[in-house]
Amino acid sequence: MTAETAPLPDLKPPSSTIGPIGWLRRNLFNSIPNTILTLLALWFLWQIVPALYDWLFVRSTVEAADSRVCRDAGGLCIAFLMEKHRLILFGLYPFEQHWRPLAAMCLFLALILATCNRRFWKPWLWLCWAMGLPAVGVLMWGGVLGLRYVGTEQWGGLPLTVFLAAFGMVFAFPLSILLALGRRSKMPAIQALCIGYIELIRGVPLISVLFMASVMFPLFLPTGVSIDKLLRTQVAFILFAAAYLAEVVRGGLQAIPRGQYEAADSLGLGYWQKTGLIVLPQALKLVIPPLVNVFIGIFKDTSLVVIIGLFDLMNAAKQALIDPNWRGLAVDVYVAVSVVYFVFCYGMSKYSQALEADFNKSHR
Amino acid sequence: MKRLSTAIATGAVLVLAAGAAQAGKDLDAIKARGQVICGVSTGLAGFSLADSQGKWAGLDVDLCRALSAAIFGSPDKVKYQALTAQQRFTALQSGEVDLLSRNTTWTLTRDTSLGLNFAAVNFYDGQGFMVPKKLGVKSARELAGATVCVQPGTTTELNLADYFRANRMDFKPVVIERLDEINAAYFSGRCDVLTTDASGLASVRIKDAKVPEDHVILPELISKEPLGPVVRHGDDQLLDLVKWTHYAMLEAEELGVTSKNVDDQLKSSNPGTQRLLGVSGDMGKMLGVDNKWAYNIVKTVGNYAEIYDKHVGKDSALKIERGLNALWNKGGLQYAMPIR
Repeated sequence: MTAETAPLPDLKPPSSTIGPIGWLRRNLFNSIPNTILTLLALWFLWQIVPALYDWLFVRSTVEAADSRVCRDAGGLCIAFLMEKHRLILFGLYPFEQHWRPLAAMCLFLALILATCNRRFWKPWLWLCWAMGLPAVGVLMWGGVLGLRYVGTEQWGGLPLTVFLAAFGMVFAFPLSILLALGRRSKMPAIQALCIGYIELIRGVPLISVLFMASVMFPLFLPTGVSIDKLLRTQVAFILFAAAYLAEVVRGGLQAIPRGQYEAADSLGLGYWQKTGLIVLPQALKLVIPPLVNVFIGIFKDTSLVVIIGLFDLMNAAKQALIDPNWRGLAVDVYVAVSVVYFVFCYGMSKYSQALEADFNKSHR
Repeated sequence: MKRLSTAIATGAVLVLAAGAAQAGKDLDAIKARGQVICGVSTGLAGFSLADSQGKWAGLDVDLCRALSAAIFGSPDKVKYQALTAQQRFTALQSGEVDLLSRNTTWTLTRDTSLGLNFAAVNFYDGQGFMVPKKLGVKSARELAGATVCVQPGTTTELNLADYFRANRMDFKPVVIERLDEINAAYFSGRCDVLTTDASGLASVRIKDAKVPEDHVILPELISKEPLGPVVRHGDDQLLDLVKWTHYAMLEAEELGVTSKNVDDQLKSSNPGTQRLLGVSGDMGKMLGVDNKWAYNIVKTVGNYAEIYDKHVGKDSALKIERGLNALWNKGGLQYAMPIR
């Protein structure tokens, strides 16, 4: 006789541990503090989401001749943003020429995005930059190829913000590496110079550097000689950012174990070979998070040019607010502008995370 | 001997003529450049503000355009430099701009110690008080014990304290930094009185009051704020030209010459109009510009009433009364020196 020993069918796990309920218990209600936090978050969402939905979709105004209609409705004034979006995005750039800064900015951002991807690090990328940058310049300035000349005093909006930030970072970064190396140099003169520079710049607020560049500097020049205001501002940004970046880079340099230096020395490498091949690649990899932190800071600091009368994204948005026909819509404009800032800053932050993961493959 | 004296006299005449024909260095530079560089405010409703298309517009901007029209015949040969309050004088002193047309108050200190010349007053402003009508206040003298909303750190705050002290009255200041908030505080009844420049009060009343008629601006102005264009020392011809550009717009208003009827007015038999529009006389030549300078100003920019109404007056959102800015023969202070 053969007794068939069929295993009993598996019992289903208790219904409270599987499915959505199980997930909720595991993740949101697994302890008393977590339960309290979950309830608080739910209460918060309950407060925010309907109001936000109401503000964005129900009470928003699409058609209005001035702010009165919008303010009576109480929601987002889409009509206002429609009316002013080109002023906010492009500032004082001649209205019928807005395609030029748009094209220039897209081209520039495309170049940057391509450069951010290491698969594109081929010789032709240099060619792209060599052709792309002059194209950006031609689009912005004009004066050739039948394009009308547009002086820098008319540049504005998002392209200005992007250019100030991007050129600030691109030029400040190599300068900061030199400063960081100089600060750790054994040559007293260079060391003192670098320390003096870094501490001086870090000791003053960005606003005062911008003021020096825009208000004081012209007084030192002979009458009639004037250097472009935008160029002066750009240089001020580069000098300022370089000092902060230099300290970040120095942090990375100090984190490299002494053995690495000694190993390089024992191989008979010279200073620049040692620095370029052994030390910097490791040091910079270590400091990606604080580097991006400073980059994001620079991007947002560009809004300070409002105090020297340049029309970056933020100042152009303020300009839209002053219009007497559209008073009292500060929230609408600031929300719109903050969305733009967020997209850029979040993008940078995400990129840095991806870069870190990429570099750290060997460590996992 | 006679020939020598003739030669000297001829020489002297030549020198004088050269002096008259040759403009100052700044005016020459403007002509050579083909552009007036004009310093304007970074944003003040009615005076200089970029509209939705990024074009500058306003009362101060129109002065720049009028100057361009006087020199070049077209109002669009202007390069605008937006200047903050801190930058404005340096920009003018360092030659970054030719002309500052940026709601700048004419004071003795600025006129003398900064190396600048104020050319004219294109807007008379002054600090005033606004109160709700239901309080029944008719004069600022009745404001004893009132709660007053005021922005901190401005001359407005000092003027307020001075005025109440001089009149031996008490007041409770409510000091708020941000303009939006201070207006909200007033309209919510947190203070009885709002004080700032009269032009500002007028615009607040129109834009932020639920019923503008429920608020009155008291007649007393407690400070003088004459706002006008400024040039730097060293070129009197440019100073003259800016000055007379403003006067030409006033004179045009006085004579009833507008941008619409200016072509008909060319045939006017009024000798004043003829001189203004360059039909007779050499007014333009004496200023170092085309003889049709004033015609070009009025034709392309307008007379003073036109630009006032368009930007700050009855056709604008601000709706500021002419008040002190009415012509002298209509109870105001705007008085053009005779063009003859």
